[in-house]
Amino acid sequence: MIRIDSVRKSFGSQVVLAGVDLEVTTGETVAVLGRSGSGKSVLLKQVARLLRPDSGVIFVGDVKMSHADKPTVMRARGSMGYVFQFAALFDSLTIGENVALPLRRGGISGDGARTRVMEVLETVGLPDQAEHYPAELSGGMRKRAGIARAVVARPSYLLYDEPTTGLDPVTTAVIDELMLQMKRDLRATSILVTHDIQSAFRVADRVALLHAGRIRFAGTPDDVRGSDDPLVRAFVEGRQELWPPDSV
Amino acid sequence: MVSGSVRIVERCFLLAGRRDELYCHGMGMDSAVAWVGHATLDGVARIGRAAAFTGAVARALLDLRTWVPQAAAQVRRIGVDSVPVALFIAVFTGIVLALQSSYTFTGVVPLYFVGVLVAKSIMLELGPVLTGLVLSGRVGANIAAEIGTMRVTEQIDALEMLAYEPVSYLVVPRVAAGIIAFPIVTALALVAGIGAGWLTSVNLLDLSTQEFIRGVRMFYEPFDLRYPLIKAASFGAVVTTVGSLYGFYAQRGAEGVGIAATRAVVVGAMLILVLDAFWAVVLL
Repeated sequence: MIRIDSVRKSFGSQVVLAGVDLEVTTGETVAVLGRSGSGKSVLLKQVARLLRPDSGVIFVGDVKMSHADKPTVMRARGSMGYVFQFAALFDSLTIGENVALPLRRGGISGDGARTRVMEVLETVGLPDQAEHYPAELSGGMRKRAGIARAVVARPSYLLYDEPTTGLDPVTTAVIDELMLQMKRDLRATSILVTHDIQSAFRVADRVALLHAGRIRFAGTPDDVRGSDDPLVRAFVEGRQELWPPDSV
Repeated sequence: MVSGSVRIVERCFLLAGRRDELYCHGMGMDSAVAWVGHATLDGVARIGRAAAFTGAVARALLDLRTWVPQAAAQVRRIGVDSVPVALFIAVFTGIVLALQSSYTFTGVVPLYFVGVLVAKSIMLELGPVLTGLVLSGRVGANIAAEIGTMRVTEQIDALEMLAYEPVSYLVVPRVAAGIIAFPIVTALALVAGIGAGWLTSVNLLDLSTQEFIRGVRMFYEPFDLRYPLIKAASFGAVVTTVGSLYGFYAQRGAEGVGIAATRAVVVGAMLILVLDAFWAVVLL
């Protein structure tokens, strides 16, 4: 379970999150939707404690991530996988070495690690890329490698930060299918941050809409489609009159 | 009187280059005071951040399991790869020193004093300082750019998510490699510089090998060898720490990485000169 209570975050005078409440039950996938710059990634980074909230509480399982000391946070991260927006693969390591890192950190090496790395690379469709460097791969392949690294240690929690941004529709569908497969295989509790509403509908059990620093709406994809809220309707239909640039 | 002060403040801003022209025109004393306040807070925050970072590096030294496996590769990158440029500088310094000292001494001081001047100058000052300055450019900029790129592409966040302490994994191996490699490169530079001075003296000046060696040995103390190595180790620590610091806090994409690399070189070079004076006061 991931629980976010009244989380606020500002950068200087700019208020990004003005009191976010959200709960993700065990095994559930929740997509957080919102315009670019609405604070979705900031929220996700706070769940992982890459950023600290100004106020409010975040629980990941039993760990109070927002207030835990560093060793506790480091331990908790061992049960989390994070897929970064631009994959964030280490340039100086091959794809195989990148994917093996979480295993190495967990004390798994040798044949056991190699077998698991190849198994995961097979799953994401990159079985022949283990010896290549990230710079030699396309954007979509790098994102798949990023997913492989995030899931290789079988985490209980998965955090996806804009995994389909900048990809063509076919590659987006491949990434969506991968996320669904991870959901089936790992039964992880997941948060998917995206502005791609189709991707959210395909992958998520529930969808939360972030607007003006708060969760404006949360419900199943069908709830979103049937919502009367003019802001939700405008977002779904891609109309900008209720989502002017200065509203985020 | 007040308008005169405002003009002075405006001029200060322009000289400091910290505010654009718009900010300087028509500014009152209130905003001038605010600027001084912001600049002071900013300066204190920078010092605090540097101190906290240095403390984190010191604490991370205990995390041997993380940094020791990375250190050997860094010694090669920082040390071995820097040898050619360090030797190049040292050789030409030795040649010029021999020729200039001969020019200065002719007719007044016995020529074997060329050996004294070449050896003492290179060992005590020019060898470690010039090597440090060259490596500050090469190593400091490289580290700032590399770690800065990792910061802006979220690779450092990724390290944290993999439960690696970024300071242990990225910074400490580089600092340790700097402390080890700078003295080694400097020692080679000393040999090359004095060797070049000797070859120049024998071939271009009216000086024999015996006379040159007599000069080198005349005022030699074993401390003359320890002193440049101590300095070089401290330069290595400073250059790598400053490069890592600026890289670690780089922001705003490619522009931020460029700024980090530039600042790493400038601040690293300045600190080398400050440290040089410090060691002269403390050890000589």
